[in-house]
Amino acid sequence: MARDDEPIIEVRDLTAGYDDVVILEHVSFDVRRGEIFVILGGSGSGKSTLLKHMIGLDEPSSGSVVIDGADIVVAEGDARREILRKIGVMYQSGALFGSMTLAENVRLPLEEYTDLDGDEIELIARMKLELVGLAQFTGHLPAEVSGGMQKRAAIARAMALDPKILFLDEPSAGLDPITSAELDALIKRLARSLGVTFIIVTHELPSIFAIADRVIMVDRRTRGIVAEGDPRRLRDQSDNPWVRQFFRREPEAQPA
Amino acid sequence: MAALAISEAADGRRVLALSGRLDASTIRGVWTDGRKAIAEATGRRVVVDASNVDYCDGAGVAMLVNLMQQAGPGKLQVENLKPAFAALLHQFDPERLAQDLDPPAPRRSAIEEVGVIVAGVGQDIRDQIAFIGETAAALAYAARHPSTVRWKDVGSICERVGADALPIVALISFLLGVILAFESAIPMRRFGAEIFVADLIGISMLRELGALMTAILLAGRSGAAFAAEIGTMKVNQEVDALTTMGLDPVRFLVTPRVIAALLMTPLLTLCADLIGLLGGALTLRTFSIPFVTFVHEVDSIVTFSDFMAGFAKSFVFALLIAGIGCLRGLQTRAGASSVGDAATRAVVSGIIMLVIVDGLFAVIYFFLDI
Repeated sequence: MARDDEPIIEVRDLTAGYDDVVILEHVSFDVRRGEIFVILGGSGSGKSTLLKHMIGLDEPSSGSVVIDGADIVVAEGDARREILRKIGVMYQSGALFGSMTLAENVRLPLEEYTDLDGDEIELIARMKLELVGLAQFTGHLPAEVSGGMQKRAAIARAMALDPKILFLDEPSAGLDPITSAELDALIKRLARSLGVTFIIVTHELPSIFAIADRVIMVDRRTRGIVAEGDPRRLRDQSDNPWVRQFFRREPEAQPA
Repeated sequence: MAALAISEAADGRRVLALSGRLDASTIRGVWTDGRKAIAEATGRRVVVDASNVDYCDGAGVAMLVNLMQQAGPGKLQVENLKPAFAALLHQFDPERLAQDLDPPAPRRSAIEEVGVIVAGVGQDIRDQIAFIGETAAALAYAARHPSTVRWKDVGSICERVGADALPIVALISFLLGVILAFESAIPMRRFGAEIFVADLIGISMLRELGALMTAILLAGRSGAAFAAEIGTMKVNQEVDALTTMGLDPVRFLVTPRVIAALLMTPLLTLCADLIGLLGGALTLRTFSIPFVTFVHEVDSIVTFSDFMAGFAKSFVFALLIAGIGCLRGLQTRAGASSVGDAATRAVVSGIIMLVIVDGLFAVIYFFLDI
């Protein structure tokens, strides 16, 4: 069994961008096994870019992203599938397959990756949807439920194969406070009881203070990480006034 | 209403006294007059006295900023503006507003521009060929591992590509047969050679037109639909979701569509051939050539290899149209308009490829003497 403070994801010297524009430069950090890790930053700061590179959707111009011992940047074929099998991703828009019901969306990864029977898969899918409070909507198409429900169904789909690592892109954006709090509780429960590592991109300060073990903040101007650590400590003790202002929701912030 | 009174102060400053309501519907005249007054007072200091301004919204603030810009840095003071409105004004720095903070990228020279376009076209052709190759490899994989194919998807796509297209394919090919027969029968009749119209229709429909018309209709219907469907999935991050699930988008989205097109296009071509012949036969009846004579004539002239020449093409056309449609879908970037672009490009490059490949077939058949 791996030790708890051992990193499960190691990002090293990552430089990334699109066309001629460099968005992240020489970014390095670790995510520890079982922690709830939050990526923060203003709009356009490169959070989503960072996430896309961590899950292997985009190829960096240099650097490596080692997930549980294997570098996703260079992995191909079966090695890549092996890494992807360990991660689940919830996209900002949900990205559910529009032609399939919510249950079918959750069943899909199970059908593709396991040799379980239809009934068994059905039960697992049902349980995942139960976890996110969508048991009454299993037969609905994504277009027939609200945006918040689509998001929760997307989390259920990301959890279908019980991945070790879950990436959530803005999970609580567009959710009402109660649902959002329930989601926080769910994330915390999964992290504590199953040891799932969460990497979450979010802006929701209440949610960050409620669940985050550690945060990093990325900034457009420095093209990298401006702060890293416990969110409460950053709010109260950061040397960087911009970071303190961010956590206190104060306007007129300029990075130091 | 807004009003402007201009006066000269004892210390040489020009005073513009604004009064009334400054909003978008009232400031037009005041703004013009104010600019003129500042232009006349070049080099002098100007004071805007706003003590009688009752209301000033974003438009009013814009006017004040514009007057400041016109007077030059530090030359214009706004005095006695009510604190609520002053707060709006102080959000802006007139000099900063005058700067273009996002200047357009330097333009490339005409020669560079041409080079970029040519390189783009070259890259696009390489992409198309590579993708057709990738699709063929995916098909070969599907043939060896049929259980990995999503047959349920194949079924529903077959219905849309095949059955739903039958009415339009039937209509077009029927009319094609009628028109061919009619246009050629009139001059042929002058030589008493109407019967050879049957040969003409038989050979042209079976060798060429049946397959080509079906493929063009397929490009317009299904090629565009494939591009739009996959493009929308791309925009909605559904393709990303597949990728991070470790499921290959080509196997998942492209293979079922290409298989469906490969199954349906030859069948549609067959229907187009037969219905085209039927259209010709019915037309020739009006030239008093009975149905039996028509069938006999076609049967005696048109060979099996004529039929196979057209039929074989339909498989290649299907692969091209479906492959290019899917490629354009996967190439979609962000935004609703890019989905439209993907559909357009699918139809245009699909038809271009059809014509090129049809030409190649003609050359090959000529040398093979088919």
